[in-house]
Amino acid sequence: MSAPMPALVEVRELAKRFDVSTPWLERVLGGRPRQIVHAVDGVSFDIARGETLALVGESGCGKSTVARLLVGLHAPSAGTIRFDGQDLVAELASPRAAALRRRLQMIFQDPYASLNPRWRVHDIVAEPLLEQGLEPDAQARRERVGGLLRAVRLDAADADKYPHQFSGGQRQRISIARALASAPEFLVCDEPTSALDVSVQAQVLNLMRDLQRERGLSYLFISHNLAVVRHVSDRVGVMYLGRLVELAPKRALFAQPRHPYTRMLLDAIPDLHLSGRARTPVQGEVPNPLAPPSGCGFHPRCPLANARCRAERPLLREDGEGVRVACHAVEEGRHTP
Amino acid sequence: MTSPLLEVRDLVVEFPRRRGGPLRALDGVSLEIGAGEILGVVGESGAGKSLTGAAVIGLLEPPGRIAAGEVRLAGERIDALPPAVLRRIRGRRIGAIFQDPLTSLNPLYTVGRQLVETIRAHLPLDAAQARDRAIALLRETGIPAPEARIDHYPHQFSGGMRQRVVIALALAAEPQLIIADEPTTALDVSVQAQVIGLLQRLSRQHGAAVLLITHDMGVIAEACDRVAVMYAGRVVEVGPVAAVIHAPSHPYTAGLMGAIPPMDGERERLQQIDGQMPRLDAIPSGCAFHPRCPRAFGRCRQERPELMEAGATQASCWLVQEAPSA
Amino acid sequence: MDALRRFFDSELWADFRASPMALAAAAIAGACLFCALFAGWVAPHDPFDLATLELGDARLPPAWLEGGSAKYLLGTDDQGRDILSALMYGARISLAVGLASVLLSMALGVALGLVSGFIGGRTDALIMRVCDVMLSFPAILVALLIDGVGRALFPDAHETLAFGVLILAIALPGWVPYARTVRGSTLVERQKEYVQAARVIGVAPSRIMRRHVLPNVMGPVLVLATIQVATAIITEATLSFLGVGVPPTSPSLGTLIRVGNDFLFSGEWWITIFPGAMLVLIALSVNLLGDWLRDALNPRLR
Repeated sequence: MSAPMPALVEVRELAKRFDVSTPWLERVLGGRPRQIVHAVDGVSFDIARGETLALVGESGCGKSTVARLLVGLHAPSAGTIRFDGQDLVAELASPRAAALRRRLQMIFQDPYASLNPRWRVHDIVAEPLLEQGLEPDAQARRERVGGLLRAVRLDAADADKYPHQFSGGQRQRISIARALASAPEFLVCDEPTSALDVSVQAQVLNLMRDLQRERGLSYLFISHNLAVVRHVSDRVGVMYLGRLVELAPKRALFAQPRHPYTRMLLDAIPDLHLSGRARTPVQGEVPNPLAPPSGCGFHPRCPLANARCRAERPLLREDGEGVRVACHAVEEGRHTP
Repeated sequence: MTSPLLEVRDLVVEFPRRRGGPLRALDGVSLEIGAGEILGVVGESGAGKSLTGAAVIGLLEPPGRIAAGEVRLAGERIDALPPAVLRRIRGRRIGAIFQDPLTSLNPLYTVGRQLVETIRAHLPLDAAQARDRAIALLRETGIPAPEARIDHYPHQFSGGMRQRVVIALALAAEPQLIIADEPTTALDVSVQAQVIGLLQRLSRQHGAAVLLITHDMGVIAEACDRVAVMYAGRVVEVGPVAAVIHAPSHPYTAGLMGAIPPMDGERERLQQIDGQMPRLDAIPSGCAFHPRCPRAFGRCRQERPELMEAGATQASCWLVQEAPSA
Repeated sequence: MDALRRFFDSELWADFRASPMALAAAAIAGACLFCALFAGWVAPHDPFDLATLELGDARLPPAWLEGGSAKYLLGTDDQGRDILSALMYGARISLAVGLASVLLSMALGVALGLVSGFIGGRTDALIMRVCDVMLSFPAILVALLIDGVGRALFPDAHETLAFGVLILAIALPGWVPYARTVRGSTLVERQKEYVQAARVIGVAPSRIMRRHVLPNVMGPVLVLATIQVATAIITEATLSFLGVGVPPTSPSLGTLIRVGNDFLFSGEWWITIFPGAMLVLIALSVNLLGDWLRDALNPRLR
């Protein structure tokens, strides 16, 4: 996708390794090797202004780690992240960090753990304003908090209450209000509705859509739920074992999935409308990230795997229509389109 | 249906409180499941679906208690039995599968030992026969190389495999009824489909009735024959899965279906049901759903509707009587 | 005010009212506290005012025994001091030292625990090893050591300095349980998303520790502190009994027990038994309160 403006977020070869070895003394005494998890293993994508990019995948695929890398909660082991042309990691380490933090925020999955139970809602939502020096006057702050709560369809009077007095969906809205306090341009949303009931999820997704339109927000939306992803995203990235296997505009991905894993994921979605569509049965499970398969990580479960797949890691390549796929079978034309 | 295997009639579950009267968590729930049939119980959090499962199997956490109604298994009442008798029925005639396979299995014992223990507790088999049966069960639930894996510990299995072991454990004594409470929620989507398929196949083969409790409509659509929709401790709609999903009669069911993001085609906005499920101590008068219902009218506020015939399903909604073309 | 209202509305208060043990323990502890605080007004005599002492009244048994007098309800010691009054003043000293040392070790332990849990890595390892080392020394020996060093450094110690050294001596070995408890809770809270949200906003780690994590880890600390008060009082009594605690001019319950010990075998049992009983009563009631609080705050038991 070649946009005339430079992308808001540019990620190149992002990687994050975690050392999960047993403590040093035990390891040395037991003669055991170090254990490293490649949670994110060379991921590249762009997010344009006003766009929603969804990252989807199953457990251990690294999507949550990518989310955390993009807001500076983790430092990358390799690769670069550029936000509006500036290097994210360098800016966050510099004295200009506050100015950058104002522009990107995060919404978390668990509505019960993402608000401090001992703080009042007013203090929770006002914290970014205080911390980043955006509103030194207490009265003005109060008004702004009231406005933010109203923007997420809550009552301004709710500011005096404590989180436990609210339901899961309402808490998530308080989280959104907090994230919007500094008027950011970019929101990273880590499974924001996975812990919510279906009808509440609908409320929150509708709200997020409205806010995006009103404020021109860009979203990175992490989810394991393909139906939700289909509803909210413009482009979708499918991740498996720390790598991007397919990156495509939404319609192309759902109408014509190319990567065998994407197809498997789509087939595995329960057929809610009982359309009786033909599906290939799913094989196997996500392997242990500590011992990933060689070459293409998906090969043990892939019906199209050959010797090259076992040996060589496929790179993300253009496959027309703005679709990028990392698959030897697709490249070699062995798959059925 | 001809002589249902499980019959729940007007079940009421209450929790005593320090102040005020007891809290009514289930308020007149009625269900039926025939042999070899899978009934789904779907609802959002707080609707009372897990509580229904717990009440049927006799595992209500005290001080919760069954205050009224009855539960019949193959015609016999099991809700008022003394704990020792109920314990023998559990496991032998009722099997259970819970959400988290990690905590359902004892991490200190091998899978084989747990299986054999359950088998021998309920069936008159000796150790060797029990072990053979355990291996057969593991094979049936799709665990590769069961002769070797029977001596593995739970942590040596992956999440999906562990859930299969739990299913094997539930089937160990050839139960007539299986209660599965969110059996796929903690699993990845690709494994979910496998486990659902397994449950279906096994229930048909063994002729067991299955009570499948979940909040995920997709799982219901895949796995169940009939479904009961619960709201605020009551059943608001029940019927064949296709009918409930494609032609719901109750506005709540319709709202739920509309809130699910569609996989075919697109929608600009998801249908949302404003507000949230009422807390158990603040259930509205009349129909519990009326404050959130776009089609509520006078009678809804005053009288509580019971389940009534509404086309292919049964729904507890006055609209069924007043406006049959709902 | 609003916090007070919430407290009285809460399950905790209802639980307290419903538990006879908690009520009894609180009543006893409250009574002891009251006597200690208002000893000056409540005590029938001032046992430390040498002018009011009458040597003729020495070694009188308690009022209900033969030879006793209503003027001295629990009898007198060898210098004519009223035991009941001495108990109240002694309890005041014991409670003051106990509370002060607990507050000090709580402050030290909570701070170290927070830092250890939040920062992790080598700092955490270091602090935890220090904890392990401290736990391998018996608390009394450490207290004796600090006391000895104090005396050596300040031989003509002013009374308040002696108290300070004593409080330090009891507090210093006592911070370890707080540090460990807080570290555990901090490790849990640190993973929670509200802490991560604060980091994304850009809040400095020290501020996160203080304003976000600290309020959420104080629960178990309060339970521990309540129980530790009893331990501190007993430790102080032990030190005073051994003669290395409070200065003799301000006798605590421990001092009284020591003084009375010499008279035990000559039959004047009341001089040592009553202070002992008072000590047990305070320690027991505080311990029971702490037990109740721990069970009441345990979410699993609720």
